[in-house]
Amino acid sequence: MSAPLIQTESLTKDYHVGGGVVHALTPLDLTIAQGEFTAVMGPSGSGKSTFMNLVGCLDSPTSGRLLFDGEDVSRLPTDALADVRNRKIGFVFQSFNLLARLTAEENVELPLMYGRVPRGERRAKAVKMLGLVGLAERGHHRPTQLSGGQQQRVAIARALVNDPLLLLADEPTGALDSRTGVEIMALFQRLNDEGITILIVTHDPEVAEYAHRVVRMRDGHVISDSRNAAPLRAADVLARMTAQAAE
Amino acid sequence: MTYMDSLISALQSLKVNVLRSALTTLGIVIGVGAVIAMVAIGAGAESRVSELIKSLGSNLLMVTPGSVTQGGVRLGTGTRFTLTEDDAEALQRELSTIVLAAAPTVRGAGQVVSGNVNWATSIQGVTLEFFDAREWDVEIGRLFSQEEVAGAGKVVLLGATVAENLFSGGDPVGQMVRLQNVPLEVIGVLARKGETGNGGDQDDTVVIPLSTAKKRVLGDRQLRGNLVHAIAIKVSDASLMEEAERDSRDLLRQRHRLRGTQTDDFTIRNLSQIMETRAESSRVMTLLLAAVAGVSLIVGGIGIMNIMLVTVTERTREIGLRMAIGARGRDILTQFVMEAVMLSLIGGIIGVTLGLGGSILIAEIANWPMLIQPQAIVIAVAFSAFIGVFFGFYPARRAAKLDPIEALRYE
Ligand SMILES: Nc1ncnc2c1ncn2[C@@H]1O[C@H](COP(=O)(O)OP(=O)(O)O)[C@@H](O)[C@H]1O
Ligand SMILES: [Mg+2]
Repeated sequence: MSAPLIQTESLTKDYHVGGGVVHALTPLDLTIAQGEFTAVMGPSGSGKSTFMNLVGCLDSPTSGRLLFDGEDVSRLPTDALADVRNRKIGFVFQSFNLLARLTAEENVELPLMYGRVPRGERRAKAVKMLGLVGLAERGHHRPTQLSGGQQQRVAIARALVNDPLLLLADEPTGALDSRTGVEIMALFQRLNDEGITILIVTHDPEVAEYAHRVVRMRDGHVISDSRNAAPLRAADVLARMTAQAAE
Repeated sequence: MTYMDSLISALQSLKVNVLRSALTTLGIVIGVGAVIAMVAIGAGAESRVSELIKSLGSNLLMVTPGSVTQGGVRLGTGTRFTLTEDDAEALQRELSTIVLAAAPTVRGAGQVVSGNVNWATSIQGVTLEFFDAREWDVEIGRLFSQEEVAGAGKVVLLGATVAENLFSGGDPVGQMVRLQNVPLEVIGVLARKGETGNGGDQDDTVVIPLSTAKKRVLGDRQLRGNLVHAIAIKVSDASLMEEAERDSRDLLRQRHRLRGTQTDDFTIRNLSQIMETRAESSRVMTLLLAAVAGVSLIVGGIGIMNIMLVTVTERTREIGLRMAIGARGRDILTQFVMEAVMLSLIGGIIGVTLGLGGSILIAEIANWPMLIQPQAIVIAVAFSAFIGVFFGFYPARRAAKLDPIEALRYE
C-alpha cells in the first residue's frame, strides 16, 4: 500500500443557514492512497460536494484535520490554498468550465500562468497536454468549435498541465452522452495507470464500476467503503460498443 | 500571474465585446478631449492676446471723436471730428507726469506707386510721438525730422508689406514714390509688426508726417484746421491706466467746454483692456470646457465602474474557475483593474487624438498659434489611467472577494 495522499481526521463542516446549523460533514475519517481511483457516491445532500470542496482545498473545514500530501491544509490561508490547488490538484467539472474566448491551447495554459511558469514554456506544455488527451490537432479551436467530449478532454488537459498529484472530477460525464462518457472514463483509467490519483464524485453507478474503490456517503459520513476487485476496463467497453455498432 | 499576463487577459476580454468597450470609453474620450482642447485653447488665446498687446504697444489709450448728441440724436463714433493737434499737445503737457506721449494721427487710404508698380494701402499721418506711443521704429533708414513734421516734408516711411510689394527685396531708401500722385522720398522702412487683432496686416501701411497728410495727400475737407482723426496716449505705467483715462477725459471735456450733463464728444478706449476682455472670454470658454471635461470624466469613470460590475457578474463562473486552478485574490484584482485601466486608457488616447484635432481646427479658425503642450497630453493620459484604477477598483475587489465554490456554482 503506497503512501496516503489524502487523510482526513474527524473532519467536520457546518453551514449556518438563517439561525440553524447544517452539519454537512459529521466527523469523517477517510484515507486515500496515492495512485487510487476512487468514486464517491451517495444521494443528493449526503455531503459529496462538501467533501470534494475540502479535499480540493477550495474551502476549510469547521473542525478536524485534512492532510494533503503530508501537509495539513485545514487551516491554511486562502492564498496558500490557491497555491496548493495550482500545484497539486487538477479540477474537472461537469460543465467543463472552459473560457469561450480562448482557444483550447490558451485554456490549457491558464494554470501555468497562475503557477508563474514563464510565458515561453507554456505553449509547448499545453500542446503536449492536448496531445496526451488526443486533441493535438485542435489546439487553435475555441470551445464552441468542439464537441462536448472534446471540451471535456481540453478541460482534462488543463487539469493535468501542472503535473498535479490529484485529479478531482465532479460528475465529469454528467453532460456527455454514454459513449463519450465511456471515452472519458477510458482516458481517466489510462491516466490512473500512469500513476495519478483520481477522485470522482458521481451519482451514476455505471461510472462507479470503472473505479477501484467506491465510497458511499449519507448524511455527511461514510456508510460503505468497498474495493472493486475487477473494475470495468473502459477500453474494453468501447471495443464492445464498436463491435455492436458494426453488426 | 505577471502584469503582462493581466494586460493580455484584459485585452482578450475587451476584444470580446468591442462595441460595448467602445461605448464605455466614450465619457473618457469626451472628457480627455475637452481637457486637451481646453489647454490648447487657453494657451493659444493667451499667447495671441499678449502678442497683440505687444504689437499694438502696451499701456495705450486710444481717443477717437464720437458720441456726439445732435438734437437728441446720438451719433456714432467718428461722425464729427472734435479732436485737434492742440488737444494732443495739451494732454502731453498737462499730464506729463503720467503720459509719456500723446500722438495725434490722421488716416486715409490711397495708391502708392513706384515706377510701374502700384499698391493700394492705408495712409497714416503722424507726429514723432506716434513712434513712441506705438513702440514702433524703423528697420532701415531714419524717422522724420522735426522740420519734416512741422513743414509738410515730402517724405514717407513704408510698412514692411508695402516695401516688399513695391521694391520686392530691393532697398527702397532714397527712392521716390507717388502717394495719391504726390511725389515723396522714401526715408525708411518700419519694423515688422504682424497682424492686428482682427486679422488685418499692420505692416500694410505708409506713414507720413501729419502736416504732409493733411496739406498734400489726404485732402479731406472735413479735416479743417488742426483736426485729427485720433489721439494715441502712451501711459507711463500699467498701474496708471485708470488715472490717465480719467485725467485725459477731464482735460478733454474742459478743453471742449463740455458742461456737467453734456456727454463726451470723444471716446477713450483702453486697448489692453479690450484685449484683456477678449482674453477673459477665452477664459470663460476654457472654464466651460473644464466643466465639460470634469463632468465627462466622472460620468465616464462611473460608466466604466458600471460596465465592470456587469462584467464581474457575467463572468462569475470564470472567476470561480480561475480561482480553482490557482488564481489568488490579487491575481483576480489585478486582472479586472487592468481591464478598467485599459478601457479608460484607450479612451484617453482617443480623447487626446480628438482633442488635438479639435484644437488644431479651432486654432485655424480663430487664427492663433497652435500650442501643443506635451505635459497636458501626458497628464491627460495618466489621469485617464488613474480613473481606470479608481473606478475599476471596487468592481475588481468584488471579483477578488468571491468565494470560489459559490462562483463556480453561479448560473
Ligand atoms: N453553501 C451552503 N450553505 C448551506 N448549506 C449547504 C451549503 N452547501 C451544502 N449545504 C448543505 O450541506 C449538505 C450537504 O450538501 P452537499 O455537500 O452539496 O451534498 P451533495 O453534493 O452530496 O448533494 C446539504 O444538506 C446541503 O443543503
Ligand atoms: Mg453536490
